[in-house]
Amino acid sequence: MEAFFYQVLSGLATGGIYASLALALVMIYNATHLVNFAQGEMAMFSTYIAWTLINAGMPYWAAFFLTVAISFAGGVVIERVVIRPFERQDAVLAVVTVFIGLLLILNSVAGWIYEYTLKVFPSPFPETSYFGGMLNGHQLGLFGVTFVTLILVYLFFRFTPLGLAMRAAAQNPESSRLVGIRVSWMLALGWGLAGAIGAVAGMMIAPIVYLDPSMMTGVLNYGFAAALLGGISNPWGAVLGGFIVGVLENLMGDYVVGTELKLTVALVIIVGVLVLKPSGLFGKTLVTRV
Amino acid sequence: MATMTQTSTRTPAAQTYYGLSSGAWKNIGLAVLIVAACLLPFVVSNYRTFQFTLVLVNAIALLSINLLTGFNGQISLGHGAFYAIGAYTAAILITQFGVPYWVTLPIAGVICLVVGFLFGLPALRLEGLYLALATFALGVAMPQILKYKGIEDWTGGVQGISITKPTAPWGLKLNSDQWLYFVALFVTIIMFVIGWNLLRGRIGRAIVAIRDQPIAAEAMGINTAIYKSLTFGISAMYAGIAGALGGIAIQFVAPDSFAITLSLSFLFGSVIGGIFSLSGAIYGALFLQFIPHISEGISKAAPGAVFGVFLILFMFIMPAGVAGFLRLAGVRMRRRIANRMAQG
Repeated sequence: MEAFFYQVLSGLATGGIYASLALALVMIYNATHLVNFAQGEMAMFSTYIAWTLINAGMPYWAAFFLTVAISFAGGVVIERVVIRPFERQDAVLAVVTVFIGLLLILNSVAGWIYEYTLKVFPSPFPETSYFGGMLNGHQLGLFGVTFVTLILVYLFFRFTPLGLAMRAAAQNPESSRLVGIRVSWMLALGWGLAGAIGAVAGMMIAPIVYLDPSMMTGVLNYGFAAALLGGISNPWGAVLGGFIVGVLENLMGDYVVGTELKLTVALVIIVGVLVLKPSGLFGKTLVTRV
Repeated sequence: MATMTQTSTRTPAAQTYYGLSSGAWKNIGLAVLIVAACLLPFVVSNYRTFQFTLVLVNAIALLSINLLTGFNGQISLGHGAFYAIGAYTAAILITQFGVPYWVTLPIAGVICLVVGFLFGLPALRLEGLYLALATFALGVAMPQILKYKGIEDWTGGVQGISITKPTAPWGLKLNSDQWLYFVALFVTIIMFVIGWNLLRGRIGRAIVAIRDQPIAAEAMGINTAIYKSLTFGISAMYAGIAGALGGIAIQFVAPDSFAITLSLSFLFGSVIGGIFSLSGAIYGALFLQFIPHISEGISKAAPGAVFGVFLILFMFIMPAGVAGFLRLAGVRMRRRIANRMAQG
C-alpha cells in the first residue's frame, strides 16, 4: 500500500509538470485554435538558457526569473516573426508545418550549441525527504512552483484588464477589435505567456530527466494527453488532466505495462479521449455551423 | 487552402508545340527519365547506387504523405510508425520464416493497410489538428513499442535485426547494390502508377473533394468516413512497402532508427518536393537523401536546422513545393513558346 501511495504522490508531482505544459498548450489553443507542436522544444531551449546563466555564476532564482523573462520575449518574437503571417489563413497544414519547422530548428540549434550530452540541471530545493520518504525536496518544490504558477495565471486572467482583453480577443476577435483591443498583439502576448510557462515547466522537470535536446519529446506527449483529457479549451481541465495523467502514468507503469511502455500510455490516452469524448472531461463541445 | 489548390489546374491539351501535343512531350520526358534511371547504376559508384536506392524508397514513403495530406487533407506526423511496421515485417519474415525478400513487400503492404485502416477509423472523428496530434503520439511511442520485452523474440529488442542483402537472380551480371536498385525502381514505378490511377478516377476526385469541401462532398453522396479511413490505410500501405524496401536495402532494422524525426522528415520531404502532386515525392526524396549529407559537413546538428529553416521558408515562398514551382515555370514557358509560334 505504501508503494501505491508513493506512486500516486510522485505521480502528482510529475503531473504538475504536465499540468503546466498542458496549460501552455491551452493558452495557445485558446488564442489561435492551434496546438503548438514546438512547445516542448521551446521549453527545452529555455532550460538551456537557464543552465547557461547558472553556469555563468548567477544565483538560481535570479537565473530562473531572467529565463522566464527571456522566454516570454522569445515567445512574443516567435509569434511576431514566424506565426503571424499565417494568422489570417485557415490552413491547418501550413501552420502545423511551421510548428514542425520550429521544432526542428530549436532542437538542432540546442544540439549545435550545447551538444547532445546529458547535462545535470540543479534543483533549488533541499534534498531532504518528506512524508516518511514519500516525496523528496524537489518533488515537493516543483509541486509548489506549479501551484504558484497556476494561481498567478488565474489571477492574471481573472483580475487584470490585460487578462480580460486577452480572453476577449480569444473568444471573439471581431467584437474585441471593435472595442479597441489589439487582437493580434494579444495573440503575441499569449505566445509569450506560453513560452514563460513552458520555461517554468522545463526548469522544473530538467533535474529529474536531465538536460538534453530531446528531453521534452516525451513530456510534450504527456502534455498533449493532459490537455486533451481535461478538454483542450479549458485551463482548469488541462491542469487537472495533467495531474491525472501523471498519476496514471506512474500507476500504469508500475502495475500494468511496465516502465518501458510508458509513452504508449500517453498514446492510448490521446486516442482514447479523441475517440470516446473528443471534448475531454471539461471542454466545451464545438458546434460548427454549416 | 484555396491558393494552394490552384496549382492543379491544367493547361488545355489541344495546343501543340513543334508538332507534338503537350501530353506527348510529357510522355517523351517520362520515357527519357525512366531510361536515365535504368542507366544510372552503370554510371555511378556502388555507394551512389545505394544512395539512389534510398531515394526511391523515400519517394514511396513521401508518396504516402502526399496521398494522405496533400490530396486528402489529413495531416499525419507519425508515418514513420507505419514505415517501421513495414521494415520489421520484412525483417522478421526474412530472418525467422525464410520468406524470399520480394514476397515480404506485398505482405508488409497488406499488414500496414489493415493497421492503417484500423488507426484511420477512429481518426475519422478527428479534425485535421487532432489527427496530427494522435499520429504524433504514435510516432513518439513507436520506438518504445518496438523495444518492448514481450515481443523481443521477434523484434530483437534494442539490438534490432540484421538482414542479408539479396543477390541478383538468373545469373544476371549485376552486383547486389545494382540489383536492389532495380528492384526499388520497379516497385517505385508500380507504386506511382497505382497512385496516378487512383487519383485520376472517381475515387481520386472524391478524395480531393473531401479535402476541399468536406460538407459538400458528403452532401453529394461521398461516404466521407469510408474514404478517409481507406485513404489512411492506403497511405499506410505505401509507407509500409517503403519501410520493407528500406529495411532490406539498409540490411538492418532497429527501434531507434524509427524515432519521431523520421516521421517529421517525411513531412519535410513532402512539403519541399510538393505535397499536392505525385511527382513532388521524387524531388522531396532527392532533397531528403542529399541535403543532410551536404549540411552534415557543417555540424552533426545542421541537417535538422536546415530542414526547419527550409520548411518555414517554403511555407512562406512556395507552399506547393518544387513540383508546384516547376509546374508554374512550365506553364510560363509553354505560353512563351506558344506566343513565339503565333508571331512567327
